[in-house]
Amino acid sequence: MYDSSLLDVRNLEISVAGAEPPIRIVQDVSFSLEKGKVLGLIGESGAGKSTIGMSTLGYGRGKLHISGGQVLLNGRDITQGGRSELNALRGKEVSYVAQSAAASFNPAHRLIDQVVEATLEHGLMTAQQAHHRAIELFAALGLPSPETIGSRYPHQVSGGQLQRVMTAMALCSEPDLIVFDEPTTALDVTTQIGVLAAIKNAIKQTNVAALYVTHDLAVVAQIADDIMVLRHGKMVEQGSVEQIIYAPTQEYTKALLSVRTTQHSEAPAGQGPVLEVRGVTVGYGEADILKDVTLSVDPGHTLAIVGESGSGKSTLARVVTGLLSPRLGDVAFENAALPLKQSDRSRDQLRDIQMIYQMADVAMNPRQTVEAIIGRPLSFYFGLRGQERSARVYELLEAIELPIEFANRYPAELSGGQKQRVCIARALAADPKVIICDEVTSALDPLVAEDILLLLEKLQKERDVAYLFITHDLATVKAIADSIAVMHQGNLVRYGPKSQVLSPPFDEYTATLLSSVPEMRLGWLDEIIAARSV
Amino acid sequence: MKLSIPLSALFGIAVTVTIVGVAVLAPWIAPYSMSEIVGEVWEPMSTTHLLGTDTLGRDLLSRLMFGARTTLWIAALATMISFCLGTFLGLAAAVFGGWIDQVLSRLVDLVMAIPTLILALVILSVLAPSLTTLILVMGLLDSTRVFRLTRSVGHDIVVMDYVEAAVLRGEGRLWIIFREILPNALSPLIAELGLRFIFMVLFLSALSFLGLGIQPPEADWGGMVKENKDGIVFGIPAALIPAAAIAVLAISVNLIADWVLKRTSSLKGGQNV
Amino acid sequence: MIAQRVALSLLILFAVSVVIFVGTEILPGDVAQNILGQTATPEALANLREKMGLNEPALSRYLSWLGGLLQGDLGVALTNGRDIAESLISRFGNTLFLAAVAAIMSVPLAIFLGLVAVRYRDRWPDKVISAATLTSISLPEFFIGYLLMLFFAVKFPAFPSVASVYDGMGFLARLHAVALPAFALTLVVLAHMMRMTRAAVLNVMESPFIETAELKGLSSFKVIYRHALPNAIAPIVNVVMLNMAYLIVGVVVIEVIFVYPGLGQYLVDHVAKRDVPVVQAAGLIFAVIFIGLNLIADITALLSNPRLRHPK
Repeated sequence: MYDSSLLDVRNLEISVAGAEPPIRIVQDVSFSLEKGKVLGLIGESGAGKSTIGMSTLGYGRGKLHISGGQVLLNGRDITQGGRSELNALRGKEVSYVAQSAAASFNPAHRLIDQVVEATLEHGLMTAQQAHHRAIELFAALGLPSPETIGSRYPHQVSGGQLQRVMTAMALCSEPDLIVFDEPTTALDVTTQIGVLAAIKNAIKQTNVAALYVTHDLAVVAQIADDIMVLRHGKMVEQGSVEQIIYAPTQEYTKALLSVRTTQHSEAPAGQGPVLEVRGVTVGYGEADILKDVTLSVDPGHTLAIVGESGSGKSTLARVVTGLLSPRLGDVAFENAALPLKQSDRSRDQLRDIQMIYQMADVAMNPRQTVEAIIGRPLSFYFGLRGQERSARVYELLEAIELPIEFANRYPAELSGGQKQRVCIARALAADPKVIICDEVTSALDPLVAEDILLLLEKLQKERDVAYLFITHDLATVKAIADSIAVMHQGNLVRYGPKSQVLSPPFDEYTATLLSSVPEMRLGWLDEIIAARSV
Repeated sequence: MKLSIPLSALFGIAVTVTIVGVAVLAPWIAPYSMSEIVGEVWEPMSTTHLLGTDTLGRDLLSRLMFGARTTLWIAALATMISFCLGTFLGLAAAVFGGWIDQVLSRLVDLVMAIPTLILALVILSVLAPSLTTLILVMGLLDSTRVFRLTRSVGHDIVVMDYVEAAVLRGEGRLWIIFREILPNALSPLIAELGLRFIFMVLFLSALSFLGLGIQPPEADWGGMVKENKDGIVFGIPAALIPAAAIAVLAISVNLIADWVLKRTSSLKGGQNV
Repeated sequence: MIAQRVALSLLILFAVSVVIFVGTEILPGDVAQNILGQTATPEALANLREKMGLNEPALSRYLSWLGGLLQGDLGVALTNGRDIAESLISRFGNTLFLAAVAAIMSVPLAIFLGLVAVRYRDRWPDKVISAATLTSISLPEFFIGYLLMLFFAVKFPAFPSVASVYDGMGFLARLHAVALPAFALTLVVLAHMMRMTRAAVLNVMESPFIETAELKGLSSFKVIYRHALPNAIAPIVNVVMLNMAYLIVGVVVIEVIFVYPGLGQYLVDHVAKRDVPVVQAAGLIFAVIFIGLNLIADITALLSNPRLRHPK
């Protein structure tokens, strides 16, 4: 069985060079891959999945190096090779597709020259053949005007297109194996689906083998034949895609599978809105960033504002907070119009609307302790001091499910999820009626994000606070929202109670958006592509 | 917090402290007075004159000790002016932005379009020579550099979400500057303080060497180089001694600043615990 | 873009002329008194004021000064009554010669050593280079200058200690005369340039597209030559220009040390004599060179940016 394998990784161990005591990033990982098959490497951040992918090119980022085991490619152990043996193999037998194509292309050269570079370097084709092949691949990957797109520079094409060009670049030299490292993670969901389909199609047509590295099980289920689940650099579970998705044996895999299925039951409409956005338009005439947006949220309810990059959802948050003044329209709190500018609002008006940010790391002053961070709104709005203030800080820590010893810690000593909890506590300290949550779970691993959503829901029940929940992720929306506003290019395209917004008949954009969210089942991608091409 | 100072920084601290100590104690530990003629012209090093004598027969070691007072004192004052002014205006430009930032930044661009030494020479050519003038000119010209650094450091911090969070809370400007921005800007600013001080020592020495800084009979290290420079062609290294003193001081302070900077960048804005 | 940048430089230049004029004419202190000293008679002061045109309003004095500048008339020196433009030109030539020799020695050496430091990053060549840099930026110019003089002109007299040049001197003789000051200048700027080159190239080498190139199986040489270099040229040119500006200032002290008849020494001499018209003219020329070098750096950066060369 092993003999027919293209790639055979045995007891792989990867560690940080020169670290004392030794730091092992990957331990005891073994798998094999046959020609034309796709293995998905799945895990949260720190699982070592990218590191394993790159090791098949004999490459370690920074000080990482292979410290044990074997990586056999076409029967040769590449851990034994020197730089010249590795160079002979990279770009010829194995190639690599990075997460950020925008950063991975050299800005100084035309795309076509970069696409054919490895092929020519290894002497696999004549320049004419290579160009011909590149153009074929551009067409196969669904790029517009494949004949001429290669003569552009990287900054002249869009992110989704660049990711396709990068795939063409990896395929050009007809390698045996391609490592895809989160190739669609940085893309919007409606762009992702096209790139995903193009990659899948290209793999099928060229019969290349692939390692597909991602944190998104639903994505990998569409492309992979087998899946390996990793955690903290060790293997959790390995099996066929059917087995992992439908019959996982390990608790961790089950947790990963169930993570995006939480449903929030929609609360009935309340007794009139706490916050209203009334006919808000932002911009200068022609290029309006927001166009006549009107929406409202009831006390103790959650309004999710969903949109992709450039939809204007973050701009809307800035209008509500008063950091940005609209050209038309205004914002009302408990039926009274708020001053448009933040600096004109009273202290109580400011207190009533709090904000939680996407990046908890930069939302807290690194030079202040948790107690100072949570305590400041208490002194600022309520004049609490000393013992009284500390007692309240401890209460809040309890509310966000952190031990009170954390009061003396600095942000740098907290994990990502803990940081976000402290930010939630800071917002709660002001005892607000509305909290704006700006992509608060986007930077977190799925399991951690799930806990944060549950916490937010619990706090909402206890305190009757309303959330304005800004996100690009529809699974998050389902897990938290009572009503939904869908934004697209500055327009409010669909708005209403969750049940209504998520039920047909759909407008065109919402239909596309909803159907683009990967579903955790086999064959989803094929069905969607088939349905759309009709 | 675990305090582990690398050897190089330790060396820098030791030498800097020694030089400052000698400068402070000069009247008590110097073997001779500053201006007394105690020997022949340019005597070589000997047990009576450890570093030899200078162009008039004064004891070089004693002059070096007294010179340290002048050099350090003036450089420190000028650094203070440069630093206070530059930090204040730089933070103001970063926090307030708008036209305040525009006016200050364009003004600084303009002053920095002329090399500092050249502009100093131009200004000193018309002003009556005095210590006050010298310190003010040095401090004001150099504050442009501190301004640029503070503004860019401040600007990087102003765009952070925690500053926006403070603004949204309704905090006043003073709280934002002193509680949110300054604590996070401190490390790079302290390193810069060391570098500015060194620049001032070198700048003052260059001016004195050119005859436009400290006027005789007062002596600073740069002036001593000028006094003794004619000896070089006869193979007498007296001029090199104060020059070497400047170099040693500069290297020491640089070693300290280098350590502070590395510490800052390795923390990446995190808290040192 | 480029036209805009040139226009900005011209605007700065104009503003600089105002600053220099204001700096010398409007600052507190009576210029005439300063020049003649406290013991001057009232008649002498009045005469000098008349001669300098100090009795006219500042604006008209500035305009006539600027008008003269634009026609190449820099006025006459107060101290000896000679035409400033005439004295300046030969000295300016001498300074440019010295600076050029120093640049030809320092630029290739600095870039080469900077690249060596990148190639052997965190190994001994890099550490030696970074230690040398720290030392060298701490050394005053006169320390380097006199040390060189003591060793190479006095102890081992290979070069003259005084760099005297005269009209009609042969090229090689001239080169021999400026050897020590040029060497001193080289040492002054070398470390800075090396350190900045290292930082600029490292910055490029850490870009993800370098990883892409390595994963294509290109040799180290090709990775650097094809992928790093095209993106590193602009920052390196920037570094070189900044250091040339630095070098032009370093020239002032070095010229005084080696008694070299250049623009720097001319400026310093007349600052001491409080000869304002000469100081204005010489100061302005230094500023023009400085601004010009910065302009070249910016234009190179603009030209080498593919986003600007190939807009969307």
